[in-house]
Amino acid sequence: MTTTTIPTLPAGRTIKLGLSRIRYEVKTYFRQGDAVFFSFLFPLVMLTIFSVAFSEQSFGSEAAPLSAAAFYLPGMLAAGLLLSGLQNLSIDIAGEKGDGTLKRFAGTPLPVLSYFIGKIGQVFATGILQAAMLLFVAGVVFQVELPSEPAKWATFAWVFLLGVSTSAILGIALSGLPRTGKSATAVIIPIALVLQFISGVYLGFSLLPEWLQNVASVFPLKWMAQGMRAVFLPEDFASLEQGGTWDLPGVLVVTAIWLVVGLAATRMTFRWIRKDS
Amino acid sequence: MTTTEPVVSVRNLHKRYGSFTALDGVSFDIHRGETFALLGPNGAGKSTTIEILEGYRDRTSGEASVLGVDPGTGGLAWKARLGIVLQSTGESGNVTVREQLTHFAGFYPNPRDVDEVIAAVGLQDKQKTLIRKLSGGQRRRVDVALGIIGRPELLFLDEPTTGFDPEARRQFWQLIDSLKQDGTTILLTTHYLDEAAQLGDRAGVIAGGRLIDIGAIDEIGGAEARVPIVRWKQDGERKSVRTSEPGLVVAKIVAQLGEPEALEIIRPSLEDIYLQLVADHAAAEAADLMENAS
Repeated sequence: MTTTTIPTLPAGRTIKLGLSRIRYEVKTYFRQGDAVFFSFLFPLVMLTIFSVAFSEQSFGSEAAPLSAAAFYLPGMLAAGLLLSGLQNLSIDIAGEKGDGTLKRFAGTPLPVLSYFIGKIGQVFATGILQAAMLLFVAGVVFQVELPSEPAKWATFAWVFLLGVSTSAILGIALSGLPRTGKSATAVIIPIALVLQFISGVYLGFSLLPEWLQNVASVFPLKWMAQGMRAVFLPEDFASLEQGGTWDLPGVLVVTAIWLVVGLAATRMTFRWIRKDS
Repeated sequence: MTTTEPVVSVRNLHKRYGSFTALDGVSFDIHRGETFALLGPNGAGKSTTIEILEGYRDRTSGEASVLGVDPGTGGLAWKARLGIVLQSTGESGNVTVREQLTHFAGFYPNPRDVDEVIAAVGLQDKQKTLIRKLSGGQRRRVDVALGIIGRPELLFLDEPTTGFDPEARRQFWQLIDSLKQDGTTILLTTHYLDEAAQLGDRAGVIAGGRLIDIGAIDEIGGAEARVPIVRWKQDGERKSVRTSEPGLVVAKIVAQLGEPEALEIIRPSLEDIYLQLVADHAAAEAADLMENAS
């Protein structure tokens, strides 16, 4: 032979390695104490604090009283989407950039897509577990009446899946923002915290001034929280929303736009390493 | 595949960062099955060269071919044939040695056996320990294990034994010997000249971004640099003679003085030769500068 032949790699390995990455990611996720607390358990801790602190207050009308736990549950589910996806992944990936993990991958035949599948799979796995825990604690410990209509759960399913995907992709896209792995927490957590405060997670959205509601409406968290309220709050709460309805088409459109923005930003900016030139 | 085609071929490689020239026309070949040691002071351009060949950096100009592929555009199938041990790593290491190796083995089409690799780097007792709980030298052995798990045709070792104790270094040398016997081609950078002498078939010395010498380990620096030195003490004074016939010189001294005090015959080690090469280069650069300035 006179020409150098490069053996081709087996087809389908991107998916196979992606699944292997998901197992690896989930395993290592639960071995880091700080991530488990600040991303995974945080909404549950907040739900518990609000439910206990405001246990004497009613958040509904006199005719249909609503407990603090029931009032805060949708917001905490939305916060869980943001924390498990955007906050967790952006800090995680920035850290892996900083500590040389990505540089090591860059020198192996691991496809970038398999790496992303692993990260997104980890967000799905931890996000589902987190939502299940929130619903369980709300339903069993705080006696929140969960919806019985299948249509409500169908809404929950698509809001959750779209929300968790968007949040995960935005997390990957934002991972390039911190300049070092060490500064990642300091850069990302304030962004996530501000979003949570203006998007109706900790403060009732209807209490915010209109201009701040308009600012929040640009970002996806407000819409995820609204989608969750549509599932878990009584119908008459819809009148408190901007426009007086749950606006599920709006939830779909704005969140989907952010998903596309995140995908485009990831496609354009993500590199294993910054090559100098 | 022709056997004569070099595994690594570099021609007139240049790398500039802004106005700083890191590499200024480096050329060399590495042949199949060979261990090539790239030596040089810190900042001389060793890591820049190796990172260009690994595909981590772009070159400014010149040609480079690694396993027949331009490293600037090498894809996954190309990377599957390489093993890379980077100079420094600091991953969080929330997995055990065995988990990490098993996971990485899955990236490659024809990986080595995980148990064999763990044994080869001497981490059998630590295989179920989280990597972050290992000592620096043990983590370095994990790096080496990850570099060879994919059964690479070409292995890059960038200062692989930093932080090893002498025993671990001997074990590492044995491991590299066995890889060489398997036909692995190796590009090694190291600050330990005894290591380069032990492992290398050929060496290149790089200083100021230029390759100042290249040759077989036992020929580099030229015959002149290898002339042995005879040293002894005479009337309390140190004497030394450079000679290619040290036996005859010693015989003469003995005939004259009887048993001489503190007699030594020293053959310059690779380290001595290397230090001389780098010092000569620095002196020549300084002389150039003076000439240009005047």
